Amino acid sequence: MIAQHRWIDIGPLAEIPVRGARVVKTRFGCVAVFRTATDEVFATSNACPHKGGPLSEGIVHGRKVTCPLHNWVFDLETGEAEGADEGRIETFAARIDDGRVLLDRALLVKGVA
Amino acid sequence: MALKLVVIGAGMASGRAMEHLIEANDELYDITLFGAEPRGNYNRIMLSPVLSGEKSYEEIVTHDAAWYEAHGVACRFGERVTAIDRMRKVVISEKGETPYDRLLIATGSAPFIIPVPGRDLDGVLAYRDLGDVNRMLGYASKPGTKAVVIGGGLLGLEAAAGLKARGMEVTVVHLMGHLMERQLDASAGYLLQRELERRGIHVICGANTREIRGEGKVEAVLLEDGRVLEADVVVMAVGIRPNFGLAQSCGLKYNRGLLVNDEMKTDDPEVFAIGECVEHRGVCYGLVAPLYDMARVAARNLLGFHETFEGAETSTKLKVTGVDLFSAGDFAEGEGREEIVYRDAMRGIYKRLVIESDRIIGVVMYGDTADGGWFFQKLKDREDISAIRDTLIFGPAYAGGAALDPMAAVAALPDDADICGCNGVCKGKIVAAIRGGAETLEAVRAVTKASASCGSCTGLVEQVMALTLGDGFSVPSAKPICGCTDLTHEDVRRLIKSRELKSMPAVWQTCGWKTSCGCHVCRPALNYYLLADWPEEYHDDPQSRFVNERNHANIQKDGTFSVVPRMWGGLTNPRELRAIADAAEKYNVPTVKVTGGQRLDLLGVRKEDLPAIWADLNAAGLVSGHAYAKGLRTVKTCVGTDHCRFGTQDSTGLGVALEKRMWGAWTPHKVKMAVSGCPRNCAEATCKDVGVVCVDAGFEVGVAGAAGMDVKATEPLAKVAGEDEALEIIVAFVQLYRENARYLDRPYKWVAKVGMDWVRERVVDDVEHRRELVRRFDLSQKVFQKDPWAERATPATERAYAPLADLTQEAAE
Ligand code: SRM
Ligand SMILES: Cc1cc2nc3c(=O)[nH]c(=O)nc-3n(C[C@H](O)[C@H](O)[C@H](O)COP(=O)(O)OP(=O)(O)OC[C@H]3O[C@@H](n4cnc5c(N)ncnc54)[C@H](O)[C@@H]3O)c2cc1C
Ligand code: SF4
Ligand code: FES
Repeated sequence: MIAQHRWIDIGPLAEIPVRGARVVKTRFGCVAVFRTATDEVFATSNACPHKGGPLSEGIVHGRKVTCPLHNWVFDLETGEAEGADEGRIETFAARIDDGRVLLDRALLVKGVA
Repeated sequence: MALKLVVIGAGMASGRAMEHLIEANDELYDITLFGAEPRGNYNRIMLSPVLSGEKSYEEIVTHDAAWYEAHGVACRFGERVTAIDRMRKVVISEKGETPYDRLLIATGSAPFIIPVPGRDLDGVLAYRDLGDVNRMLGYASKPGTKAVVIGGGLLGLEAAAGLKARGMEVTVVHLMGHLMERQLDASAGYLLQRELERRGIHVICGANTREIRGEGKVEAVLLEDGRVLEADVVVMAVGIRPNFGLAQSCGLKYNRGLLVNDEMKTDDPEVFAIGECVEHRGVCYGLVAPLYDMARVAARNLLGFHETFEGAETSTKLKVTGVDLFSAGDFAEGEGREEIVYRDAMRGIYKRLVIESDRIIGVVMYGDTADGGWFFQKLKDREDISAIRDTLIFGPAYAGGAALDPMAAVAALPDDADICGCNGVCKGKIVAAIRGGAETLEAVRAVTKASASCGSCTGLVEQVMALTLGDGFSVPSAKPICGCTDLTHEDVRRLIKSRELKSMPAVWQTCGWKTSCGCHVCRPALNYYLLADWPEEYHDDPQSRFVNERNHANIQKDGTFSVVPRMWGGLTNPRELRAIADAAEKYNVPTVKVTGGQRLDLLGVRKEDLPAIWADLNAAGLVSGHAYAKGLRTVKTCVGTDHCRFGTQDSTGLGVALEKRMWGAWTPHKVKMAVSGCPRNCAEATCKDVGVVCVDAGFEVGVAGAAGMDVKATEPLAKVAGEDEALEIIVAFVQLYRENARYLDRPYKWVAKVGMDWVRERVVDDVEHRRELVRRFDLSQKVFQKDPWAERATPATERAYAPLADLTQEAAE
């Protein structure tokens, strides 16, 4: 794989609210792209493993998001649910380059994390 | 042979100087004391209690005939000194000449009379001596007398309070924007004004007097803006001028006052001067504390010592019973100056310290002035306060590093420290109750009433219990908001107010949040507290709101949203219904449902369609129903007098009025209301947060009902005759709830904590307090009563609500 081709430009960072998220549509469902207070970006699957809650609508705090439906909390780096809740969301590589948000093309392949 | 000392002026300064002198040496001088007033020395500052009737003149006399006689002071009262001949060393009065070896001038100051037309009319008085007080009292004997006091400074307000206490109708006219502007900043001035108005004294600030009118005697005061205030008596208390004409005409040096050096000597070494008539190092004083210092220094130097007065800081209190204020130093804002402010809006307490280079340079306190002296000492000592800065504002009880241990702080509190502000219960009383067998919080509450009202002191009471009972009592640990902090909701709310924290980072910083930016539990609570407490300053943070409030729509289990437009009081019309029907078709809404709140719900709208459907509904005049908000939801009504044969009042109209007044207001939890037209109660008003049941005699307002996870009937709050009063009480109730409840407590939970009596006192009994609440509610509504749909029915929101990118066509490799 050639380096330049690994990343897909999905848009300007400014379009994602600080401590917020936007979704990106893919053939395998929506990916949530989060922006933290310190301008880090994380991409995960948008669906909560509990009952499918849209994680992009959750409250972002530190490097975590809380599901808007029943408050499960997920670590955006590892995708693991916190505390007593058991579950994991898929995570994808994401980075910022010159104010643009880039996602790892690997997310377009089903089953690759 | 004794030297001849002539003292001119039998006032506060000279009285003190003579005491020092005589105490040290009774023989050195033969004293002759001249006083223009027909009486000896008395405590001038206590004229106000004499005016109000709290003291008699006899009680404020400092030196009586026996004292003068015992010390051989020759008294010449009622005799004005008209000239001084320094060459011949004699003073000249009506009755002739009196020789001196040393002269002490203490002629005080004269009230300043503003040069307006009518100032010479009968009934225009100054406020300086007992004669003035007696003249004022002369007017008070006639019932219904109207007094206008010109000047809202210390003297004017004491006069106003005194005249009010004597039964007059009193108006204070003050030139500046707030009362006592030389001693108080605007916040404290405001609290003071509120208190005076609560006592029935009318206060007009920012008002200039143009003219005093009357035929021979005062009839009215005319203000610059054209207002006319009826008056039988006018008291001018706009300021004082040092009274040194006598010294001036005998050639002593003067500027704003008679000039003296540090030894209190004028430029004639035989002539001393003290009191308000002098200017020392560029300062003329108007308060007794520094004058007493001058008196001591002058007395010592008359005895041949060389002592000096080096100037003094002054502090002020207002002697109006029940009004506690304290001010000292320089409290202006400025570069390099910082301030520490503590406010307790509920108890009307305000404290502000002005700090420069780690030193207190100014103190303003209102409501609780117990620590005034302590701060003032630090100000005078120029003490470096950096080490105790964090807890400084809490006063000596907290000082000295005890900050981190609240138990030590409580232990350090004196017995008379107020623990429960609502019921005025001090620490000593609580300790006594515990020793007397009250070993549970409930028992202490029952015996002392401490923490029985607003409950905000419960923690303190428990700490006092722990201290008193030792191991026998363990403080139930207060539940922090969340893992980000050890503080409770109540702690944080209090700090947001007292430290004036106006942004989320300010809260995190000041309260020592353990996480960088909070979590889903604390952030929505903080966002609410900040916008409720600082409606004009704080900017709402959508990222700290739960999904529904952020998107202004209720999220469904499949990620779509519901749209509920407002139907005021449950009323709708064909145009609105048509718009709803059209929208339902246009956006393929799968379900349209009549809600339990008397309106229609469009369920299953895609997020990206929200801005467009809102725009369509807006076009028909429909606005957001806030079915998603911790805010006003619905106001259910019944058909009332318009149609129903049992209806007693216009229940629909009142419901609509309530909804129109209150929509858009954010609250700690959702608020639902209902108005039923008669006790048959078809609108189910008795299980709402606020429910009104109309009866023949008017409106029965009930609050704190619930019909969700708990079912509870409302409790009666008030019965009122008029719709306006009902509305006002409800608005005040909601504002009290907004200001005090913890986030996510419905009104019924909050009322259970603070008690109905506490609530009723504030929103029903104390009309002033009620109006203040209404005023603050209306202020907040100015900011928040905006249709969130209209604001978001824009292309920008449409873009933001849509996916950022669509990669469904993108190739994997
Ligand atoms: C739509 C509606 C049901 C209906 O179809 O009639 C409804 C729907 C919801 N209610 Fe309700 N409640 C509705 C009337 C009520 C009522 C009846 C009333 O208002 O007269 C009650 C009982 C009265 C009360 O509140 O005391 C009611 C008590 C609750 C509660 C329990 C509150 C409590 O303090 O115990 C919740 C949960 C909460 O708010 O935390 C709740 C929460 C909800 C939520 C918002 C659940 C959620 O968080 O997603 C539901 C949203 C559905 C949606 O997507 O639109 N709903 N809910 C009603 C909307 C009224 C409106 O026009 O705004
Ligand atoms: C109503 C009121 C309330 C006050 N409250 C406070 C307070 O709470 N705290 C505070 O610190 N200060 C207060 N003050 C101010 C305080 O009273 C004065 O600072 C203080 O009295 C000044 O003392 P003095 O000796 O310089 O002058 P005075 O006490 O005014 O004495 C001067 C005397 O000299 C007499 N006199 C003047 N000219 C002649 C003359 N030619 N021949 C003979 N006699 C003459 C005058 O008649 C007067 O009796 C108050 C003042 C008033 C009027
Ligand atoms: S009762 Fe209310 S919260 Fe429960 S399912 Fe029905 S609408 Fe939802
Ligand atoms: S769907 Fe996410 S917590 Fe229930």
